[in-house]
Amino acid sequence: MKKSRDVYILFSTLILFFLVNIFYLSMGWLDFWGKGLGIVTGAAFTLAMYSFLYKDNPVFKIAENLFVGVAMGYWIIITWFNILKPDVFETILVPIFKETGTPPQFTILIPTLLGMFMLLRFSKKLAWMSRWSFAFIVGLGSGITIPNFIHAFILKQLTFDSLIAPSIPVSINNFLVLLGVVSVLIYFFFSVEHKGVVGGISIIGVWFLMIAFGASFGYTVMARMSLLIGRIQFLIRDWLGLIQ
Amino acid sequence: MNFLKRTIPLIIAFVMGVTMALQYYVPHEVSQSLLKVVSRWGITIGGFAVFLGAYSLFHLHLTKIKRKLPGWGYSTFVFLGAGITIVFGLYNGGEFFWQDKQEGTMFEWIYFNVQVPAGATMFSILAFFMASAAYRTFRARTNEATILLIAAIIVMLGRVPIGTMISQYLPIAADWIMSVPNMAAKRGILIGVSIGAIATSLKIIFGIERAYLGGGD
Amino acid sequence: MIERLINLDRRIIFMFVAIAVTVPLLAKFNLPVRTTRDVENIFNKIDSLPENSHVLIAFDYDPASKEELQPMAEALLHHCYQKDVKVIGMTLTPGGTGLAVSAIENIGKQYDKTKGTDFVFLGYKTGVELVMINMGENIYSAFPEDFQGNPTLNLPVLEGIDSLKDFDYVVDLASGSSIEAWIAFGKEKYGFDLGAGCTAVIGPDMYPFLQSEQLNGLMSGLKGAAEYETLIKQESSAVAGMSPQSVVHILVVLFVLFGNTMYFMSKRNR
Repeated sequence: MKKSRDVYILFSTLILFFLVNIFYLSMGWLDFWGKGLGIVTGAAFTLAMYSFLYKDNPVFKIAENLFVGVAMGYWIIITWFNILKPDVFETILVPIFKETGTPPQFTILIPTLLGMFMLLRFSKKLAWMSRWSFAFIVGLGSGITIPNFIHAFILKQLTFDSLIAPSIPVSINNFLVLLGVVSVLIYFFFSVEHKGVVGGISIIGVWFLMIAFGASFGYTVMARMSLLIGRIQFLIRDWLGLIQ
Repeated sequence: MNFLKRTIPLIIAFVMGVTMALQYYVPHEVSQSLLKVVSRWGITIGGFAVFLGAYSLFHLHLTKIKRKLPGWGYSTFVFLGAGITIVFGLYNGGEFFWQDKQEGTMFEWIYFNVQVPAGATMFSILAFFMASAAYRTFRARTNEATILLIAAIIVMLGRVPIGTMISQYLPIAADWIMSVPNMAAKRGILIGVSIGAIATSLKIIFGIERAYLGGGD
Repeated sequence: MIERLINLDRRIIFMFVAIAVTVPLLAKFNLPVRTTRDVENIFNKIDSLPENSHVLIAFDYDPASKEELQPMAEALLHHCYQKDVKVIGMTLTPGGTGLAVSAIENIGKQYDKTKGTDFVFLGYKTGVELVMINMGENIYSAFPEDFQGNPTLNLPVLEGIDSLKDFDYVVDLASGSSIEAWIAFGKEKYGFDLGAGCTAVIGPDMYPFLQSEQLNGLMSGLKGAAEYETLIKQESSAVAGMSPQSVVHILVVLFVLFGNTMYFMSKRNR
C-alpha cells in the first residue's frame, strides 16, 4: 500500500514537471534552443536532489550518481587541459615531433615519471615505486610547511595588542583575547593534569570554546540557508520566471 | 630490494624536507631557482593524482556492478555521467583534445546544467537537516551548552538585517562575539593545529611517520 | 501532546523552512543591509587602486559553494571593471574553472573589456601551496598558458607582472582551507595585500587573521556578498537573499526556543 503510494507520488511529480515545462516551452517563456533546455535540465537535477527530503528514491539516486560521474569526468578533462597538456604534452612530446621554436624540456621527464609511478599504487607488484612519488611530495610539503607555519601561524599569531589601550573597553577586549588564547591553549595541553590553577584556566578555555562553537554553528546555519536561498532563487526566477 | 622499497623513499622525504626547510632561510639565487623548479615539479606530479581519484571511484562502482551489490544499477549512471563528459571533453567542440580548449562546447553545457545545479543543491539539502537538528537536538542541557546556544542565537540574529530591527545592539553584540571570544578561541586552535602540523612534518622528515608509504613491506 | 510536538515529523519542519525561504523571495521585499568594517576594507582597497592596477582573484571554490561565493565574485568583478583595474583570475579547484571563467568574461563584456588586455583567466593548477610558491617565484612558470591555451608571456594584461609580488591586491574566494595557504605561502612569503571572501562555514575561523592584519578584509557568506553589492550600489541576488535569510534565521531561533521549551516541559512532567 505504502509502496504503491510512493510510486503514485513519483509518477505524478514527473508528469507535473513534464507538463510545466511543455507549457513554458510552448508559451515561449523558455527558449528551447537557447538557454531553455539547460534551465529545464538544471531544474530537473535540483528537484531530483530535493526529492530526497521526502525520502530516498530512485530519481535522487540516479541524479546523485550521474552528478558524481560528471564531476569526475570534468575533473579529468580540466586536469588535461590545464596541467597535463601545457606542462607535459606541450613541453616534451610536441617539440620532439613538431617545430615549435622551443626545444623539448627533458627535465620535466622527472616529475612526469614520478607522476606515473604514483599510479602504480594499484599494482600489487610495483606499488613500491609509488612510494618514491609520495615521498617526494610529502617531503617537499613538510619542508615548506615548517618555516612558513612558524612564521605565519605561530609568531604572527602570538602578537597581541597592548593591554594599556586608549580606552578601557579596548583594554578589556585586549585582555580577554589574551586570556582566551592562553586558556584555550592550556585546555588543549594534556601533558599536565587539569587540576588546581591549570584546571581553573582550562575551564575558562572551555567557555571561550563554547562561544566560538556557538558562533560557528550560527554561521553554519547561515551558510546552508544561503545555499538553499540560491537554489530557490534559481527555481522561481530562472526556471519559473516568477520573480525578476 | 628493501633498499629500493623502503630506504630510498625515506631518503627522498628526508632530503626534500631538509632542503626545502633550509631553503627558506637562504635567499640566494640558486636557492630561489631550486624552489621554482621543485614547486613546478610538484604541480606536474599532482596533476597525475586525478587518475588515482578516478581509479578509486570507478573501481568502487565496478565492483558494485560486478558483485551485483544492492543498488548496483545506480552505479552504471556514474559511468554514464563520466563517459559522456569525458567524450565531449576530448571531442572539444570538434577540435579534439590535442588542440586548445574551446569555449561554448557540449562539455561546458553539461557542466553548467548538470554539475553546477546538482552540486549546489546537494549541499543546500543540509539546510533542512540543520533546521531539524535545531528543533530536535539543540538543547540547553548544561551550562556549556547554554553558552553555546546563546552565542549561536545572538550571531544568527545579529548577522542578518532583521537583527538590527529587533535591537540595534544585536549586530554590535554579534560583532563583539566574533572578534573577541570567537577570535581568541580560534587563534588558540590555530596555534595548536599549526604546532601539530609542524610536529607531523618533522616526524615525516625524520622517518618516524611513515603512513605515506602505504602497506606492504 | 508535548511528546508528539517533540517528535514532530521532520518533513513538517522541512516545509516550514521551504516556506520561510520562498515567501519572502516572492514578496520581493529587500531589507537594508548594514555594512561591516571587514567588507568595507576590501571595497576601500579596490576603490583606492589607480587605473590599470593588477588584481588577482583566486576562485577557490566549486559548484557546492556557488550560491554563496559566485555573487561575491560577481560584485567584486563589477567593482574592478568599474575602476578599470586589470583582473587576473585563477583557481586551485578544478570544479571552479567554469564558474570563474563565466563570471570574469560575462561581466567583462558588460563593461566592454577585452580578453587578454583587460582580463585573463589563467585556469586551474593543483598543489595549492606549491602553486602559490611557483607563482611567487615566476607566474609564467606556474601558468605558461591561460585557460584557453594562449601563451601568457606576452599577454598585455600581465604587463609589469613577473610574480605574486607585483600584484596590487590579491583576493581569495574560498570554500576550503586555501585562505590559510594564501597567507602562509603567499602573503607572508612574497608580501602583497590580501583580502578574502569565504563561505560562512569557515568565516569564524578567519577572524584571527583579521586581527593580525594578515587579511586586510573579509566577506563571509551571502551576507558578505550582500554588503559588497550594497557598497558598489548594485543590489542583486545577494541583497535579495537577505530577506529570506532573515526570516529563516528567525525560524531557526524559534525552533531552538520552542524545542527547548517542549524539552523542559516534558522533563518537568516526568
